[in-house]
Amino acid sequence: MKNTVLIILLAALAVAVFLSPFASSSPDGLERVAEDLGFIEKGEEQILKSPIPDYAFPGIENEKAATALAGAVGTLLTFGAVYAVGRGASRKKKEA
Amino acid sequence: MHIPDGFLDAKTWVSAAAISAGAISYSVKKTREALSERMVPVMGVLAAFIFAAQMINFPIAGGTSGHLLGAALATVLLGPWASGLIISTVLIIQCLFFNDGGITALGGNILNMAFIGSLVAYAVYRSVSGIGGGKRWEQAAVFLASWVSVMVAAFAATVEVGVSGNLPVSFGVALSAMLGWHALIGIGEGLITVAVVSFVRNAGLSPAWQQEKAQSEVSGA
Repeated sequence: MKNTVLIILLAALAVAVFLSPFASSSPDGLERVAEDLGFIEKGEEQILKSPIPDYAFPGIENEKAATALAGAVGTLLTFGAVYAVGRGASRKKKEA
Repeated sequence: MHIPDGFLDAKTWVSAAAISAGAISYSVKKTREALSERMVPVMGVLAAFIFAAQMINFPIAGGTSGHLLGAALATVLLGPWASGLIISTVLIIQCLFFNDGGITALGGNILNMAFIGSLVAYAVYRSVSGIGGGKRWEQAAVFLASWVSVMVAAFAATVEVGVSGNLPVSFGVALSAMLGWHALIGIGEGLITVAVVSFVRNAGLSPAWQQEKAQSEVSGA
């Protein structure tokens, strides 16, 4: 099972680094409907400022590299966050 | 289908945020009861995979794209509450770090995708897989759970934008447009979920609740 865990993590990183630069940039289902039905302009600039807006790591000229790096950072960040939450949530459970 | 800032009015996003906060704290409790500590790394890598997969928008038709939601995937492998927790964390990270989904819409997005998506996926998966047997039937159950989870999340998002008074057309028109596109996106969801679940099952990981059941039967005997 340790191997499975490692394989899934490596697969996640591979997807984030190698596939994300080639993702479709077409609007998703909700954006498309909002455009077609005329409520896309209700959307506002994000109120909160994010450090890596729109999955492009700032300061990198090459768009594909910026996306790949953002993907890698986000994937590891998500792993770390859920690992921490999971440890917190399962801490008091006694092992069988 | 990450809702941006501006689509939801204050009463809607405050209500959705309150429900989601309650759901997160309940899911922490349920996850604590259901999952042993050795499943924590599995939760982590599955969340990482779902984050990565959500970046991959695949074209569906007519200049529209979709991406994996992951609620059915996490639910089939770890149960609906651990899934709710995983998808919530993914959505929070996307919102805070990547500008994906508005901060005011975060509660709505968590409610639709993390909790409604996971609980409905669980209901569909359990009922469909319960009435038949065999590998093909199991895959059909996973596919259907995935497809329905995307459809109900899209339904919930439409309801929230609707009660916010931000639909310039009737609710029915908006709903049929949303469900039309998401019926196609749901097929992608189903195919990816079936493939990943099959891979993980072949690698020897069975669903969390089955493990717990087996464990309690052993310790109860």
